[in-house]
Parts: sequence; C-alpha cells; structure tokens
Amino acid sequence: MSDYIFLLVATIFVNNFVLVKFLGLCPFMGVSSKVDTALGMSAATTFVLTLASGTSFIVNEFILEPLKIEYLRTISFILVIAVVVQFTEMVIHKTSPLLYQLLGIFLPLITTNCAVLGVALLNIQEAHSFVESLLYGFGAAIGFSLALVLFAGIRERLETSDIPVAFQGSSIALITAGLMSMAFMGFSGLV
Amino acid sequence: MSIVLALFVVCIIALIFGGILGWAAIRYKVEGDPLVDKINQVLPQTQCGQCGYPGCKPYAEAIANGDEINKCPPGGDDGVRTLADLLGRDYKPLDASHGEEGPKTVAYIREDECIGCTKCIQACPVDAILGAPKLMHTVIVDECTGCDLCVEPCPVDCIDMLPLKTATDNWVWPSPQEIIPVKMISD
Repeated sequence: MSDYIFLLVATIFVNNFVLVKFLGLCPFMGVSSKVDTALGMSAATTFVLTLASGTSFIVNEFILEPLKIEYLRTISFILVIAVVVQFTEMVIHKTSPLLYQLLGIFLPLITTNCAVLGVALLNIQEAHSFVESLLYGFGAAIGFSLALVLFAGIRERLETSDIPVAFQGSSIALITAGLMSMAFMGFSGLV
Repeated sequence: MSIVLALFVVCIIALIFGGILGWAAIRYKVEGDPLVDKINQVLPQTQCGQCGYPGCKPYAEAIANGDEINKCPPGGDDGVRTLADLLGRDYKPLDASHGEEGPKTVAYIREDECIGCTKCIQACPVDAILGAPKLMHTVIVDECTGCDLCVEPCPVDCIDMLPLKTATDNWVWPSPQEIIPVKMISD
C-alpha cells in the first residue's frame, strides 16, 4: 500500500509532469489564463489520463507483447488515446449535459496533449503493473492539474500587475513557469 | 514477414476501434441541434404553417438544413434580418407566395353565431380555443398567435381576425422607417 502512496507522491510532486518532466506544456500555456478554464481542463485531463494509461497498458500487454511488435507502441497508443477521448466525449455528451458543458471543449484538445502519450510510454518503460499504471496516470494528471491551477492563479494576478513592456504577455508567463519549475525541483529527494 | 504482421495488427486494432466509435455514435446519439433551437427562438412561434411546414420547429429544422429564410410572414422583415445575421446569409425580402406581413391580429369568435362544431378547436395549433361540442367556443386572447388557421374551417364564418389592441404589455417602439444607409469605404 505504501508503495502506491509513494508512487502518487512521486508523480505529483517529485516528477511533476509539467514542471519537472516538461510534458504537456501546450495546454499549460494555452488554457491557464483563467482559473475556471484551468479547472475544467484539469478535470478533463485527469479523467482521460487515468483511462488512457489503463487502456494502453491493456493494449501493450495483450496485443503488442505477445505478437512481439512492441515497436508499434507509439502509433497504437496514439490510436488508443484518440479513441478513448472520442468515446468519452460521446458518452458524456449523452449522459451528462452538465459535465459535457464543463469539459466539452477541452476533451478534443487532450487528444493532442503529449502528457497523455508520455504517461502511456513511461508506464511501459518503468514496467508498471496495471494498478500501478492507473495510479501513475492519475498521479500525473493530479500533478498536471496542480501545476495548471497554480499557474492560472498566478497569471490572473499578473493581469493586473505592472509589468515592463518587454516582459508583457507570454514572456512573463514563461518566466513564471520557469520559476515554478525551479520551485518544484525542490521536491526532488522527497521520496 | 514482420512488416505484414505489423500492418495487419494495426489495421485490425484500427478496425475494432472504428467499430467501437461507430457503435457509440449510434448508441449515444444526441438528439437536437443547437442551431435549430437558436433559429426556433427567432421564429415567432405562431405555428401558422404559412411557410409550408407544420409549425415553427419543423421550419427551423428546414432552415438549418439549407431552406430559404424568407418564408415566415408573421416574423416579418425583422425576422428575416435576424435570421440572416444569425446564419451569416444574405438578407432577402419576404417571399410573397407565403403571405404578407400584416399587423398582429387575434382571433375573435362571434359567440351568438357559433354552433359549437369544434372544427376551429381542432385547427388551432396552440390550443387557444376553448369550448365543447354543441357549446359556444371562445378564444383565449393571451394564447392566440393570430395565425388565421381557424378562420378557414369555420362553417358559419363567425371568426374574425381583429387587430391586436395596443396595451402596455405588448407595445413596442416603432421600428425606424428606413434602414440607415451604411457606406463601405475601403482603406
């Protein structure tokens, strides 16, 4: 049990996907201008990442490895992720209009989020079991959400602050992201 | 050999996933098009059928599928303009073959002449006529949309279309007599 908790803490803080591994930077910069949208994106990503890491584990374990075609991992994982995202979108659209309104626009965006593919591939690299894969995906998503929401909060404050002309817009955002990343580096050695 | 296997496996995986998505598209199909609802909100909801469709919702669906936007006389010129804005199409004057834009009217049944045949009740698309067989009918003014559909079936012609009296709850600012001409000046 404590292994699982360690795994979660390690993925959320120590190996934070955005700030330490530098995966999923596109939504990190793109949908972080408001806390509300950041929360929506976080929820959608958590959902998809957990599901996608589980399904890609199954595909790898039961299709690719027995047939000795592990080199097809990347392409088949992309396929799996696209299908999972699309399927989730359809089901949510039908079953819960409220949730669809919250996550709707973000779901297709996640298909191209490299963090999702990154989690699936890293799961294989680190030889995780099924439960570990799910936890790894979930932890990565929580880490992503944490970074995204914190960053969105900072950016909302930056909107109203007096920034030198040369640093306005995305340059100050990138500097902020760099500082946050350095702060998260401080977690290394925690687990 | 292995390249054939790889191709085969990817094709099979893609086929299975495609099948799942295809099934999901049918199983979790969502009824209703948001565009239809928006168009339906613009239409005046008289349910008069002058456009050739059995009500405003069917006409809204037809517009969303590419029908002309100038078939709704009760909506008037303003209605066509709003639709043109909403859909990004060009404005067209009302199609005269579907009737002309008139003042808002409301049906009135001359009650001493009514024989209680219920034919107008069946014709009313919005259930605005109250009555029973062999008993006098009357119009619920607040519900009547002024669509004229009850006038035709009445065997004793006791239904009049009266212009709607202006009261505080239905008075609106008169629309400007002319559309302000806008000159496009190129830069």
